[in-house]
Amino acid sequence: MKKRFSSLIEIQKEINEGNLNLPELVQYYLTQINKNKHLNAFLEVFEEDAKEQAEEIQKKITLKTAGKLAGMVIAIKDNIVYKDHESSASSQILKGFTSLFSATVVERLLAEDAIIIGRTNCDEFAMGASNENSAFGPVLNAIDNTRVPGGSSGGSAVAVQADMCLASLGSDTGGSIRQPAAFTGIYGLYPTYGAISRWGLIAFASSFDQIGPFTSSVSDMSLLMNCITGKDENDASMAQIEALNIQLTDNTKPLKIAYINDCVNHEGLEESIQTKTFEFIEALKEKGHSLTPIDFPYLDQMVPCYQILTTAEASSNLSRFSGLTYGNRSNNAIDLESMYKTTRSEGFGAEVKRRIMLGTFVLTSDFYDAYYTKAQKVRQVIRQETLKIFENYDIILTPTTSTVAFKIGEKSNNPIAMYLADLFTVQANLAGIPALSIPYGTDDNGLPIGMQIMGKPFEESTLLQLAQQLQ
Amino acid sequence: MQITDEKINQLAHLSRLTFDNNEKAKIKQDLERILELCESLNKIDTEGVEPLIHMTNSVNIVREDNPHQEFSREELLKNAPKKDSDYFRVPKVIEQAK
Repeated sequence: MKKRFSSLIEIQKEINEGNLNLPELVQYYLTQINKNKHLNAFLEVFEEDAKEQAEEIQKKITLKTAGKLAGMVIAIKDNIVYKDHESSASSQILKGFTSLFSATVVERLLAEDAIIIGRTNCDEFAMGASNENSAFGPVLNAIDNTRVPGGSSGGSAVAVQADMCLASLGSDTGGSIRQPAAFTGIYGLYPTYGAISRWGLIAFASSFDQIGPFTSSVSDMSLLMNCITGKDENDASMAQIEALNIQLTDNTKPLKIAYINDCVNHEGLEESIQTKTFEFIEALKEKGHSLTPIDFPYLDQMVPCYQILTTAEASSNLSRFSGLTYGNRSNNAIDLESMYKTTRSEGFGAEVKRRIMLGTFVLTSDFYDAYYTKAQKVRQVIRQETLKIFENYDIILTPTTSTVAFKIGEKSNNPIAMYLADLFTVQANLAGIPALSIPYGTDDNGLPIGMQIMGKPFEESTLLQLAQQLQ
Repeated sequence: MQITDEKINQLAHLSRLTFDNNEKAKIKQDLERILELCESLNKIDTEGVEPLIHMTNSVNIVREDNPHQEFSREELLKNAPKKDSDYFRVPKVIEQAK
């Protein structure tokens, strides 16, 4: 879709040439947000804060003391907390909750003078693939308002798609950044597990969750990654690494790229996406890369493995929502136990309850070994086999999704069809490796298509350099 | 796999959730379908495979043990659904004599 600016480089150029200042820029995005209210992408716009930040940072620009992200107007998903601002993870159970601290990613963005313009709608607790599970209504795809934007980070994707901000942050547990990026025609990255602090991210499945950016350009993606990655003493599960230092160049060395046969020839793959995938493969060959089809016979196991492990982790993570110390307590409680039960039953939506129930089931002593431990072992096999591919190849390629954006309501009564929307994306989360969705044209109806490239742990730079070459 | 009504009741209690009969029937059906999908995991031979538990190699990440108070009592009570000046308040815990 047509955007006024598609990268921070363009904005900073306009500012430096004196054609634009930050208050004007913020006003432009606020007007865009207002114009696109019907899309339901934002749950709250931090209008006054953003205007104040714009004035302050404009002064810094004049004094030449501004940070690397001066001019970056960014939105955050409603499961990333921001001090003295509300966060609800799109759930009734957190309605009215105001955070006492900021997520590490938020602090790092602010430290480099980004402007946070609002919090975006998502599936409740990031559970979903269509943004239809939000307690505050679905988000609409800006290209076709009868279609979903994907999920769970649907609001963050549409905010960038419809030019309501330059970039946004989402979170990805099984595809929740890459699938909506593909459905809305923008870039979306799942970073290597452990590259970005989860401090201040409302947890869904802790061994899968990662925060990552949505952007319209590869340069913005690289810059944001350089600013938000690197160890944090508040998240001991992270890799103990310094921030990434991705420098895009004009020279992309020839890469060895493997594409997965089972994905590109999958029976559920829409013809338009298959055609585009082969076009993409040809385009890569023309740039001098070598492309090899490979077999990876675990496709049928990925979504089940993901479902068991993420629901187990979710049932444990979401036990903290008790109505006791924060959040929205039910008025129908008569004793302590009924306080928990009524608060949770009234506060959680159907999909969240379904996942808590499944997660509780696989963790009960009778079924723990048969399901939970088995899935952890299968995850080990999938990770080891995925890493083995990287002994011979630099990159693994698949389409991001098997379909284009589907109709609102089309899959909402069929949880399994909805879960299969993550078919090609969950591999990266299971293995903990970085994966980028690259917008690559549309089908005949103008609906966007995304290509997914996965890389070795902490080699986001290889993915972004390749995306830059194709841009 | 067949899931009994009793099992659904047990899971609901463990999850601190309540469901009406229609919801229970729906959840039961969904769980059965999802667990059926999960049967495919048994096609993978995992004999001798260690379960994957930690995603990074980080072990015992420690920091200096500097005592500090990040939040005041007032701040921590700010989001409480029910409170008095010093405490979170909950419904009566001790059962009343019948």
